[in-house]
Amino acid sequence: MNDRTQDQILLEVDAISLSFGGVHALTDVSFDIRKGEVRSIIGPNGAGKSSMLNVINGFYHPQQGTITYQGQKRSQMKPHEAARGGIARTFQNIALFRGMSTLDNIMTGRNTQMSKGLFWQALRIGPALREEIENREFVEHVIDFLEIQAIRKTPVGKLPYGLQKRVELGRALAAEPTLLLLDEPMAGMNLEEKEDMSRFILETNEEFGTTIALIEHDMSVVMDISDRVVVLDYGRKIADGTPEEVRANQSVIDAYLGVSHD
Amino acid sequence: MSDSTESLMGTFPQLLKVRLQRDGDRPAMREKAYGIWQTWTLNEFCNEATALAAGLSDLGFQRGETLVIIGDNRPRLYGAMLAVQSLGGIPVPAYQDSVAEEIQYVVEHAEARFIVAENQEQVDKSLEIKEHCPRVEKIIYCDPKGLRKYDPNVVVDIQEVMKRGRNALAKTPDLVDQEIAAGRLSDPAIILYTSGTTGRPKGVVLTHENLVVTAKNANAFDNITADEETLAYLPMAWVGDNAFSFAMGLVAGFCVNCPESSSTVAQNLREIGPTYYFAPPRVFESVLTSVMIRMKDAGPFKQRLFNYFMAVAKKTGVDLMDGKSVPLMDRIKYALGEVLIFGPLKNTLGLGRVRVAYTAGEAIGPEIFDFYRSIGINLKQLYGQTEATVFITMQPDGLVRSESVGTPPPGVELRIEDNGEVLYRSPGVFLEYFKNAEATSETKTDDNWVRTGDAGYIDGEGHLRIIDRAKDVGKLTDSSMFAPKFLENKLKFFPEIKEVVTFGDGRDFVTAFVNIDLDAVGNWAERNNVSYASYQELAAHPQVYQLIQECIEQVNQSLASDAHLSASQIKRFLILHKELDPDDGELTRTRKVRRRIINERYGDLIEALFDGRTRCFVSTEVVFEDGRRGKIEADLEIRDATVHQTTSKAA
Repeated sequence: MNDRTQDQILLEVDAISLSFGGVHALTDVSFDIRKGEVRSIIGPNGAGKSSMLNVINGFYHPQQGTITYQGQKRSQMKPHEAARGGIARTFQNIALFRGMSTLDNIMTGRNTQMSKGLFWQALRIGPALREEIENREFVEHVIDFLEIQAIRKTPVGKLPYGLQKRVELGRALAAEPTLLLLDEPMAGMNLEEKEDMSRFILETNEEFGTTIALIEHDMSVVMDISDRVVVLDYGRKIADGTPEEVRANQSVIDAYLGVSHD
Repeated sequence: MSDSTESLMGTFPQLLKVRLQRDGDRPAMREKAYGIWQTWTLNEFCNEATALAAGLSDLGFQRGETLVIIGDNRPRLYGAMLAVQSLGGIPVPAYQDSVAEEIQYVVEHAEARFIVAENQEQVDKSLEIKEHCPRVEKIIYCDPKGLRKYDPNVVVDIQEVMKRGRNALAKTPDLVDQEIAAGRLSDPAIILYTSGTTGRPKGVVLTHENLVVTAKNANAFDNITADEETLAYLPMAWVGDNAFSFAMGLVAGFCVNCPESSSTVAQNLREIGPTYYFAPPRVFESVLTSVMIRMKDAGPFKQRLFNYFMAVAKKTGVDLMDGKSVPLMDRIKYALGEVLIFGPLKNTLGLGRVRVAYTAGEAIGPEIFDFYRSIGINLKQLYGQTEATVFITMQPDGLVRSESVGTPPPGVELRIEDNGEVLYRSPGVFLEYFKNAEATSETKTDDNWVRTGDAGYIDGEGHLRIIDRAKDVGKLTDSSMFAPKFLENKLKFFPEIKEVVTFGDGRDFVTAFVNIDLDAVGNWAERNNVSYASYQELAAHPQVYQLIQECIEQVNQSLASDAHLSASQIKRFLILHKELDPDDGELTRTRKVRRRIINERYGDLIEALFDGRTRCFVSTEVVFEDGRRGKIEADLEIRDATVHQTTSKAA
């Protein structure tokens, strides 16, 4: 958490509505993410948080509303535009290449940085080799940062869940993102692993200035590391503000604890 | 190369100045970082140390001062030791996984103003210490990760200090050389705090002479040359690492390799393939266990191949290693085994190039010891102490036994007092305990003999055998010796037995508490259709009792064959319902038994063992990991074990 007063808005979503047939995943949701902040998206299960991330990323296309990223307004994001624009993400259920090693998985995150064509890369000589070495150096820094040297060559399918999540974070970091979308990065972790993950997220935010949008269920983590929080419930935004403001908000409390109907 | 090292003498900085002229471009230290092994030549290593020394001097470091070093094995940290020694100061390494409180004691006692910390974790601990120790002025770090926002007045990057040093050297080029020249062999080179099982840690002060002479003797003993490769993975605060990596390395000129991180040690071992290796018995045990477990999962052909050749190794391996004569047919079989099994196995373990391997610190199971020797790893035992600069006895090639710890190497004198205590005198004998004249005079006699506090005897072949800590050795009512640790170790060699406590001092016979090893016994239970729902249930199962009884009876049989020990056979035993735990105060953090606490807490059980009862009720308070307290109750069975007639060989 930091006391930046930078008001520059990196991403803004305006009146987003997303439906799958009769299921309204998101209804008229608007919020913004400021450059360099840690923005948490929270809400009960099924509130539409992952859908929101998928809209930002370009996996889902909203029926209504606009997405403004780095000043450019769009009615929908395309995944390759998002990637080229510096948006990287992790997934709730992990989407790593299970047969490849940790190193190779993270190297795939450098894909947008590598430009030599298929022919040169297949031969792996000259400029393609130089490029690979440069990118390997960057990836080694990421491995060092995440303290995963010991599993560098291990096929990720063999790794425990918590480590897989860390490798996925590594792959996202390798893309040198401007905006990092994290979908429940701490799910299934014990206290020590959560503290490590929080440390990595904060370091990424503070050291590299990466803006972070985070979906998370652990309230203590959310309260500790977020600059601002947006709360969704049944596809609608019900609160938006600092962690303290959101914690005290009655509709948020009702959404999580439930309200009895007489 | 080895001829000229014999004439090398002086403090470490002085030694290195001489060696620089000849060996400047040889690799001195390596570290794996960012996936690549990065090398420091001797030139580079010494240049950095000099720059650091000048920087420290610029920060106000004085001759004779101490400086605390905390971190994993890193060339920069060894460089820091050298830098401090160059200025006539005394480095004090601390255990990197100690908590702040433990390190605080060292920092306070050593009166250190400066701390060199490897990374953010150690810096955080140092800052905590600084709050309680206002004397601490600067904390110098090596790895900048995570440290950007710390107060630069207190927390300083080592590169900054070296830069200051280089500026100072530009103005006064012989700033550091002058200090190096002023050093004497008798100056303290390092203070190593020994972890206390009783009372507070004591700071053992070793001089340059202690370390250099010991290193030379040790190098000569095993023909250590500048071509050796070692992996420095044991704590820098432990005298062994200082002797093997720092002292012997700098004197002989071989390259010391530092692992990438503590979790990559096994991989790095394989990559480096050291020629000289040390590990405590526990490590050798766990490696063997993992080999056996993986073999059980292998296909039937491989298993048969493995078992066949392991039998060949068992028969002839040790003899071959000792240079004894072996029939031709067996030699051929062994050679085949080397190609098919032993060679690849050693390679996987990273031990394929080991010329000399040592183990020490506690007793090693004879089967484990022989296993490694039989597949061609020259594993030997040594016995030592921090106060001796490690070496008291060593096993020379060809005279290796699993039950003894060897003979005194050249330079070391050995003596056994009437009460069985082992004393030694050598060029490695420490100078003193820092700021503790009383303890020093209790340990060192007037003519420089040191009391080890261990009881032992010289066996028929002239080798030293260690029995136990002298103060723990007791007597049965018939005056025969009762050495609890000796008996407990023999039983703990069985994988099913995790911990043992024996009782017999002032008693008619010996009895024992046993803790079963949950993994090993659980495994056995699965394979033998024994079901259980908890540790307590498994520990109370009659078939498990039978299993343990057989182990005890095996030990009894081996004890019966030695007149000294026959009276110590274990007559009655019980299996405890819960594991002895450091959290409950029953064991120390290094898993040594706290006899007084156990005597108090389990007094009833002990009485039941001696008065012949076959069952006893026990209720113990336990402390859970989060600090809550609870009670565990059980009704324990007590059994007799068969005791054998002395089939004695008079010793």
